[in-house]
Amino acid sequence: MRYSGLKVITEGLFGNKGWTPAWRDPAPKAEYDAIIIGGGGHGLATAFYLAKNHGLTNIAVLEKSHIGSGNIGRNTTIVRANYFLPGNSEFYSHSLKLWEQMESELNYNVMHSQRGLINLFHSDGQRDAFVRRGNAMINQGDDAILLDREGVREHLPYLDFEQTRFPIYGGLLHPRGGSARHDAVAWGYARGADQRGVDLIQNCEVTGIDIANGKVVGVQTTRGAIRAKKVGIIVAGRSSQVAAMAGMRLPIESHILQAFVTEGLKPVINHVVSFGMGHFYISQSDKGGLVFGGDLDFYASYASRGNLPMVEHVMEAGMTLMPMIGRAKVLRSWGGIMDMSPDGSPIIDKTHIDGLFVDCGWNYGGFKAVPASGWCMAHLMATGESHEVAKMFRLDRFATGHLLDEEGTGSQHNLH
Amino acid sequence: MRIDGKGLIDRTKPVRFRFDGKDYAGYKGDTLASALLANDVRLVGRSFKYHRPRGVLTAGSEEPNALVEVIGAKNQTPNVRATVQEVFEGLVAQSQNRMGSLRFDLLAVNDYLAPFLSAGFYYKTFMWPRAFWEGLYEPLIRRAAGLGSLSGKHDEGVYEKAFAFCDVLVIGSGPAGLMAALTAGRSGADVILAEESHSLGGRLLSDGGVIGGLPAGEWVAQVVAELQALPNVRIMLRTTVTGAYDHGTYGALERVGLHKSARPNLPRECFWRIVAGHTVLAAGALERPVAFEDNDRPGIMMASAVRTYLNRYGVSPGKRVTLFANTDAARATARDLMAAGVTVAGIIDPRPDAFSVEDCPVHVGAEVIGTRGRLGLSAITVRKGAETFEIETDCLAMSGGWNPTIHLTCHMNGRPRWSEDLAAFVPMEGAVPGLVAVGAANGSMSTHGALATGHAAALRMVDALGRKVSIDLPAAEDAPYQLRALWAVEGKGRAWLDFANDVTTKDVKQAAQEGFRSVEHMKRYTTQGMAPDQGKNSNVAALAVLADATGRGIAETGVTTFRPPYVPVSIAAMGAGGRAEGFAPQRFLTSDQASRDRGAPMIEAGLWYRPSYFPKPGESTWREACDREVTMVRQAVGVADVSTLGKIDIQGKDAGRFLDFVYTNTFSTLPVGRVRYGLMLREDGMVLDDGTSARLGEGHYLMTTTTAAAGLVMRHLDFVHQAFCADWQVRFISVTESWAQFAVAGPKARALVNSFLETPVELPFMGVAPVRIGGVNARLFRISFSGEEGYEIAVPTRYGEALFRDLVARAETMGGGPYGMEALNVLRIEKGFITHAEIHGRVTAHDIGMEKMVSAKKNCIGKEAATRPGLWGPEREQLVGLKAAEAISAGAHLFVPGTEVHRETDQGYVTSVGWSPTEGAWLALGFLKDGRARIGQKVRLVDHLRGIDVICEVCNPVFHDPEGEKLRA
Amino acid sequence: MRLKCPLCGDRDRREFYYYGAEDYLHRPAEGAPLADWDNYLHLRDNPAGVTKDLWYHEQGCAQWLVVTRNTVTHEISGVELVAERKA
Repeated sequence: MRYSGLKVITEGLFGNKGWTPAWRDPAPKAEYDAIIIGGGGHGLATAFYLAKNHGLTNIAVLEKSHIGSGNIGRNTTIVRANYFLPGNSEFYSHSLKLWEQMESELNYNVMHSQRGLINLFHSDGQRDAFVRRGNAMINQGDDAILLDREGVREHLPYLDFEQTRFPIYGGLLHPRGGSARHDAVAWGYARGADQRGVDLIQNCEVTGIDIANGKVVGVQTTRGAIRAKKVGIIVAGRSSQVAAMAGMRLPIESHILQAFVTEGLKPVINHVVSFGMGHFYISQSDKGGLVFGGDLDFYASYASRGNLPMVEHVMEAGMTLMPMIGRAKVLRSWGGIMDMSPDGSPIIDKTHIDGLFVDCGWNYGGFKAVPASGWCMAHLMATGESHEVAKMFRLDRFATGHLLDEEGTGSQHNLH
Repeated sequence: MRIDGKGLIDRTKPVRFRFDGKDYAGYKGDTLASALLANDVRLVGRSFKYHRPRGVLTAGSEEPNALVEVIGAKNQTPNVRATVQEVFEGLVAQSQNRMGSLRFDLLAVNDYLAPFLSAGFYYKTFMWPRAFWEGLYEPLIRRAAGLGSLSGKHDEGVYEKAFAFCDVLVIGSGPAGLMAALTAGRSGADVILAEESHSLGGRLLSDGGVIGGLPAGEWVAQVVAELQALPNVRIMLRTTVTGAYDHGTYGALERVGLHKSARPNLPRECFWRIVAGHTVLAAGALERPVAFEDNDRPGIMMASAVRTYLNRYGVSPGKRVTLFANTDAARATARDLMAAGVTVAGIIDPRPDAFSVEDCPVHVGAEVIGTRGRLGLSAITVRKGAETFEIETDCLAMSGGWNPTIHLTCHMNGRPRWSEDLAAFVPMEGAVPGLVAVGAANGSMSTHGALATGHAAALRMVDALGRKVSIDLPAAEDAPYQLRALWAVEGKGRAWLDFANDVTTKDVKQAAQEGFRSVEHMKRYTTQGMAPDQGKNSNVAALAVLADATGRGIAETGVTTFRPPYVPVSIAAMGAGGRAEGFAPQRFLTSDQASRDRGAPMIEAGLWYRPSYFPKPGESTWREACDREVTMVRQAVGVADVSTLGKIDIQGKDAGRFLDFVYTNTFSTLPVGRVRYGLMLREDGMVLDDGTSARLGEGHYLMTTTTAAAGLVMRHLDFVHQAFCADWQVRFISVTESWAQFAVAGPKARALVNSFLETPVELPFMGVAPVRIGGVNARLFRISFSGEEGYEIAVPTRYGEALFRDLVARAETMGGGPYGMEALNVLRIEKGFITHAEIHGRVTAHDIGMEKMVSAKKNCIGKEAATRPGLWGPEREQLVGLKAAEAISAGAHLFVPGTEVHRETDQGYVTSVGWSPTEGAWLALGFLKDGRARIGQKVRLVDHLRGIDVICEVCNPVFHDPEGEKLRA
Repeated sequence: MRLKCPLCGDRDRREFYYYGAEDYLHRPAEGAPLADWDNYLHLRDNPAGVTKDLWYHEQGCAQWLVVTRNTVTHEISGVELVAERKA
């Protein structure tokens, strides 16, 4: 079924009785050409591009819960391409281009809105670091504009320019940065993949990975064994557990990142705003809620919930930066489980087991990467070769020292 | 309408307030909702999506409809629950989410478009043409969405945060909570009793009854009096426990001043962090609506709320009330109304076998299938078998049974259990360690059940605390709670489940039809449960409708997760203290005032404030001052406060051995009285920090770190020591704040230093010696960060300011003076000294040309990981100097002249830049691929952001005095 | 969240700094192959369940602690000083 304004009107006139399921609910087959473990954003996008770009349609996505139940359903929805290290730069640039065509590609309105991202800086040193970043963005072909304090004031007049502990020196504006409706991204890719013949199998937990003679031959699941010569592990938040089924130990530690949404408010914040001194970022959703977050809780955890110290720290950052939000009330908080890697950058690579691929380590930047991650993982699984824009995301780069450490904080997983 | 003789309001204290521009009167003890209902105001808001007229539904914080803006003298507060906000003299409130007046809201047109605005419609349209989404559709949607408004002005309100500790935290003060608090309180345990409302008693205040032979109100008064008299019991009114966190920690919001017109010295709200040994959850239960066609009109309310307004506030929400309920208990509302003289026009009970004799018409086996009244209920349509009829009524009290208030038990991922008997979810035992749910919150619906479970839980806690108590359980009603689940009445029209987000049974069914069958999918697709009430009024019914639509049982369908906070909490309350300078500590130098006295602008350096430059009359830009200060140091003498550098005192027999382990170079061989520059790596081989360490005695070193890494290095040293060499005889402590330290640099530095030492000393370069200044023991180091002959003098902090003023005064007599961060930065760039602009966490000793400082003779932290192949070779960017005649900038990237500028041709970047008055050129430090091999070549420096494109010369990073002759002079 | 420091007693999480898994205690010997360093610095078991990790009582006694902790429930079942640990 193709979606359109006309379709909404005609269905509305006839009691909305004609809508059909957005995807099928198939039973698993005994064998597929390829299996994707994980029905989150990255897994669904991989399935979609395997089918669309590589014509591989006899594939299944295995999801232990319901599709989109991981971090794609729990994030602050920021979409940007503002990295500065070669290796990251071209990847996120590619991703942003895919975002810009996602609605037409998926026939699904994911409400991607390029409302502009402003990274604020609060010292000469921070400014120089952001200038370096901004120049890298432009060298890559993306956009960046340096704002001085008055330039920031024009965009964000409600910030506290007078009293704040760390005065605002200026900001780096990334006009093509913005936000999107996170669940819709999962649903859009799911529907697109399903329409191309991909089996989306929900409530199907993988319990083992079958390997023979160094080659993957299939998986064990709560719904029986399924054979496949290619298996992709795309389960950020649970990567270590699934990789352990193949005897692998990953360079990942799982951490909690909390996020918050307020009650609905009339439009008051039009950009995505990021505070350079407090690890605080905020935007306003189309429904009117202020969506914001901060840093990790900092201890390894799989609890999908956080504790008060970071909650309060995030609120304090909001109050020093933009005290006009003080009377907005936090409606809900949640915690996502982050695959933290030792350099803050992801992994899309083959493994030492033939036919087994892994896409993980997204730290807390996975949402914006969904389309390019799917694109590149599909390329890798279909061709056996890394895609040009993801060739630095190697699994062995920590051992060899070819690191992608944007934060410069080194081999401590929670500092990225 | 107000009912004489009823309610707990203080009729001797009338209160005037304003709503939507009109003045009304209420009484002290009223909420805004009760006072509006007393004035026969039924229409109080507009719904989120369809802008339907809405009235008060509940009498508590779960209210989905009656959300208003409270207008203060300086600011406004959106989305205030009228059912919670107490009226006070001068309260001004207004309705929200309307375009035009509340009665004639232009956006009510959405209601007519409802067929096209069904679940998820926006995912299927607004896609073409692409530019229209951001240009047209989205702005329209954003304007229509949202509820109340923020003013955009800074919130200048006062908020607080506080910690509290107790043995037993009791949440809720109904019969279960009071009984638990009394039991624990009498045992002598530290008890906190937190009650969301403004008085203790819970449902007893609304429902009455008899406890221990006393009218419930009297029993409450007796218990409250005893609790108030117990010194170990703290009663916290207007306090909602908002979240359960790890290890007995709870968040709670106290509305401290929001009910007062003037609040001198009182914060608006206080956010509490309560640490409890044991917790009793006695938060009661929430009555749930029934979905039937047009069940959302003003005048349709929860039956328990109607009873609360009558008995607690002396208000009848209607003059001709009807009741639609599926429990016996709900009948009490009708009986109380009739006893108070209010007409009850009929009771509609869907249970065919229900009790049918009341003092009003009773329709058993009947259902409400429709309602009338544009801005308020005027009639309901009832179906009984094949027959339908209308009843005129201005208030319909409805009840679909009760949902235990289990939210806190889910905050730590506990999944509730479905109880078929109650047709509700009940807490899973042990879901929150240390927390026990009692009373209605745990499904014990009778007063006796509440008292008994509260009593029993508290007894177990008292016992666990090793205390004893003797307390009798008072007698009370123990009627069984029976219902036949009724979630939605069959019908063709729209029947609301989620009033706040305008989600109807049709939306849920459509979601299931489109494959959104998981409860999380349904929630996210329809937005049910995502509104300000977080599904408190709708989750269970929506789940039941979904279960029905997908042919599954409720337990099998599952449940969405409740997450903190239980009620929405203002950002200002949880962020109290963060405003303005409160966000982070401020660290001030001992010379701070002296610097400010000289007009120096102070800038942030981490948590410190340091002088940027010291302006002189006639200087109009910072650059003029900076150039002068640089020249002053190069030609005469300058004084700078360098106390922000981290200082770690290290002592013990193995101190040298320890430094050898944490530094790349060797310190154990350093002679006493000498100082050495040291390089420290992280274990992954990257540069962690640099600085000097001085050997003050045989087993005594003083380490200096950079300002930025002071804390980091201390933590690192503690780790290395405790993890790898705990048995070594070495101890260390941070003395950063114990010593004030000043750099004196320039050709006249020695003359200046010797002018105030009691005994002048001749120190070699990189020497250290104890000295005395004006009777004070001090330390003198001959070290330099400027490239000139330089000294640093350290005195105990309390003498810092005096010494700084004295040094500056002496320097000025010699043609010198103080210099600030800007000059300090130019001086160190001229000399090629690095800071954290260069050692930014991605550079190795090799990258900065210091690989020879990594001793081959010993093991040290980071040495081995630095040998990874990716950290060596010409592909790496290496530290170089850059020189240009035109202005250049930090953050620019480097390219080979004549090549295109893009990522693939990028050769490096610039980290630090300054105009060098000494060299008469712009100088920079930066990183360039294979840079050391390219010294003498030209590179193109491009800064798109600032429009700079300049050819530079690649240089040795040490521009000034490369042989170090001045240092050693 | 609260931690019981063996020296200072029951304290709020705000007083502590978190490093990571206790793997960081098992530093490879001098001259160990680079694979050992990869294991030491990067690769982690990262269990969903009981783990041992390193906390630093930064705003207390400056002691590094090995905490036995469940990463799913956050239950803490043991705390010992790094400097006095057994094995």
